Amino acid sequence: MSYLPFAVAAWICLVGIAGIATSRNLIHLAICLTVTQSSSYVLLLSVGYVKHGKAPIFIGTKLGTTAVDPVVQALTLTDIVVSVVVIALILALALDAHRLSGTVDPDQITDIAG
Amino acid sequence: MTWIPPLLVAIPLLTAAVTAGLDHVTPRRLQDAIVVAASAATTALAFVLLWHAESREVVQWFGGWQPRHGVALGIDFAVGPLAAGMCAVIGLVVTLALVYSLTFLHEAARLYDALMLVALGAMCGFAMSGDLFNLFVWLELMAVAAYALTGFQVERLGPVQGAVNFAITNSLGGYLFAIGIALIYARTGSLNLAQIGDTLSHGPAGGLVIVAMTLLFCGFLIKGAIVPFHLWAADAYAVAPAPVCAVLGGVMTDIGLIGVSRLYWTVFDAPFGHGHAVGDVLLWLGMVTAVLAGTMAFLQRHLKRMLAYSVVCHIGIMLAGIGLLASSGLAGAELMFLAHALLTAGLFFVAGILHSDHGLIDELHLHGRARGCWAPAAAWFAATIGLIGAPYVGIYLGHGLIDEGATELGRPWVLALLWLGSALAGAALLRAGARIFLGWGEADDPLLGQALEEDPLERDVLRPLLVAVALAAVVLGVAISVVPGLGQRAEYAANRFQDRSGYAARVLRGHPFPATPSLPVTIRHTSVESLLYSGGATVLACALALVGLYRRRLPRFVMVAARRTLALPIHVLREVHSGVVGDYVAWVTVGTAFVGGVWALLLHG
Amino acid sequence: MSRQVRLLLLGSGLLGLGALFAWAIAGLPAFGDYQGPYGFVLNRIVLPLRHTTNVVMGTNFDVRGLDTMGEEFILYASVVGVTLLLRDETRTRLAERRTRRFRDDTVRLVGVAMVGAGLLIGLWLMAFGYITPGGGFQGGVVTAGAIVLLYLVGNHRDYRPFRNEHLLDPFEAVGAGGYVIVGLAALASGTAFLANLFGLGTPGMLRSSGSIAILNWASAIAVTVAMLLLFAEFLETYVVPLEPEDAGS
Repeated sequence: MSYLPFAVAAWICLVGIAGIATSRNLIHLAICLTVTQSSSYVLLLSVGYVKHGKAPIFIGTKLGTTAVDPVVQALTLTDIVVSVVVIALILALALDAHRLSGTVDPDQITDIAG
Repeated sequence: MTWIPPLLVAIPLLTAAVTAGLDHVTPRRLQDAIVVAASAATTALAFVLLWHAESREVVQWFGGWQPRHGVALGIDFAVGPLAAGMCAVIGLVVTLALVYSLTFLHEAARLYDALMLVALGAMCGFAMSGDLFNLFVWLELMAVAAYALTGFQVERLGPVQGAVNFAITNSLGGYLFAIGIALIYARTGSLNLAQIGDTLSHGPAGGLVIVAMTLLFCGFLIKGAIVPFHLWAADAYAVAPAPVCAVLGGVMTDIGLIGVSRLYWTVFDAPFGHGHAVGDVLLWLGMVTAVLAGTMAFLQRHLKRMLAYSVVCHIGIMLAGIGLLASSGLAGAELMFLAHALLTAGLFFVAGILHSDHGLIDELHLHGRARGCWAPAAAWFAATIGLIGAPYVGIYLGHGLIDEGATELGRPWVLALLWLGSALAGAALLRAGARIFLGWGEADDPLLGQALEEDPLERDVLRPLLVAVALAAVVLGVAISVVPGLGQRAEYAANRFQDRSGYAARVLRGHPFPATPSLPVTIRHTSVESLLYSGGATVLACALALVGLYRRRLPRFVMVAARRTLALPIHVLREVHSGVVGDYVAWVTVGTAFVGGVWALLLHG
Repeated sequence: MSRQVRLLLLGSGLLGLGALFAWAIAGLPAFGDYQGPYGFVLNRIVLPLRHTTNVVMGTNFDVRGLDTMGEEFILYASVVGVTLLLRDETRTRLAERRTRRFRDDTVRLVGVAMVGAGLLIGLWLMAFGYITPGGGFQGGVVTAGAIVLLYLVGNHRDYRPFRNEHLLDPFEAVGAGGYVIVGLAALASGTAFLANLFGLGTPGMLRSSGSIAILNWASAIAVTVAMLLLFAEFLETYVVPLEPEDAGS
């Protein structure tokens, strides 16, 4: 079971990509993008886990106690902001698409092709 | 001089924050001046940095976190002449685009300026960064600015579609990149490129490193619009406003290639550098991209879409140069980038002028309308000749260096394919130019597909300024091949860029820099084969352009034979470039799996 | 491309990608077996060197402060971008609805309590971000969430100050720009960009960690205001501006 968190991350990524490619609704697609990105959070946090490690907050805890990796937590924080931003932009575009064409189905929005 | 790299990022970003924040307070002209000044200042500082970086590696450790005992703790910017040169060209193109936009765009000016400056800061940060996660942050920052700028003209559905396709495909690339970062971090416990390279040079490189490399590179190749990840590029560049296209197509797509080179020569050269497997895959991807995109360019009638495919074609040539792994290949790609960025920007500027003059951007609709506009015509044709790479014009020197690299490695057929690609793209542009500026050719051509909806612009523009900017970009771009000493300096910069252990020593252990050789200031010669191929490509481009213009006058049997052989491939190509983002994501998945599979087979064991 | 072709491509791509992932995972150190030097070194030195007890925030705002600066601007660019994309003057608006206060007392009571509690928690997370678990981002998001909750339980009039872009824009600029200015100040004083400038104080007290405290607040402001601005932008596409009786207040 020591590889389960990594397998979960891989599964989330694949399912998210499948959702993006088969989506019929831009809002659903934005959520699928978020799901795909959360696979990178799970992977990062699992990579940084130290067995029997405490949180890397040293108030009330002695310096030198085993603690988990703080770097991956900082990276995940930055990653989350990126995901929020992309979802905001795609939702704004979905609103525009709906206003202009009455649909939010990405398969139907084909003004340009070839 | 270590105070310059942070400024290249801080000045544009701070100005962007101030500009949008003071939206309702300061008068319009003052804001415009501040924005252009900030961009110009960044460019000037980049040139100063370039001059200094020739004789040392300029390393700035942010927050004062120097490495301890060889363990890098903070984030660093490590700037050699190649990185500084990239920043300088990026700054130049963005400044030109901002000057152009002063009169080209009238609404939402503050927001537009803020996003352009953010993109400038992010691109400079990316070119200079020496930390893996930092690269990701700058990548995402420039991407966010680009998505919003692409959708600038929200009154039509096309820009929304282009922005959506761009956003989804590139975000997916970013996420794959983030997974790659996690994998590399698990293996090496560090995020600093030099240190990762050092760690990977000891010990075997198993599946973990190969898969991580696949994900990291594919994330960049998606940004860099390489086949099969390129499908979003034409959709996005067709609909963004012309100055935005100049920045996106001229410099931002190349960022993907800067990333690939940086990652390869600081990290993956260590475990995989003894063979050619990594480079060969990149070489083949580049060649396929060049030829395929050149063909697609020829099938377009929408000027900006045609230019988009031309950009993708040249990116392919540059990637092929990088994939050769020789220093002449990298130097060639570098010089091509300089010329290509300026020439492509110039072409997009001319397209913008045509759009604002006539309200049309379709080649067939514009047939003959721009007769007599000599300045845009001169800019268009000069830029096209520069992009084809006629002897000693524009990209010629860079392409010639790539040719040398290919010949050194015993791959002479690479030259043929790459020159074919630039001939095809050039033929499309020549054909369009002849039709629009000279009125040649027939007024209709079903080969070019259906017309896309036009957006008639009624603009109150200061036309001389637009023309001046376009001419400036083209003149600078065309002259790249004849700047004395540039070829040798590019080779020197490439050599330094490829020296992984030297880079690690300077960045991590602060070793001093060895003495720089003094470089000659002459125009570098290229091989005879390059001259021949270049001449041949120019002739071929002209011939293809004429065929495109006067197709119906060819003898019947030729037409029938051509229709029989070419109809199906063209139909398949058009079907694949469907404009639907679900298809694009499917191709991204297949492409990543394929590239990863090939590297797995070639590198394992 | 037809849907079948797409599904075929997608299926084969996902299978390939899945195989690559499995191969990579086989090469990973086991869960809990983190080896690398980076995390261990930081856990040991951030507290003595910067007097910050929350090492994650110390990493975020000091050791890897440049990443956080980039991230601030990602948020800033997204606010500007969404404003750009939703700016169309001739938006078609949904039918005007008379705004009325939510009548149900239980909902209003619970809502107001939640708004209050949310604000307190958010501010605490922000203020003590570099001491106890928390931080500028987390606090900013919670605070913004509490304020948005006000929109749900109150009405447009209650929420109007938080929708006023002219009011919020300068704060966003201060948050994002402030970060860069702290960095530039360090550069100007001769050290590296974003070096810790101010007195380090005692660990565990509010007055500690030097620049980290300031950057923490800059990002907290930037994140709160960015979330509010995003929400305001989306709200504008649905809400008709000012009914006559609202115009006076």
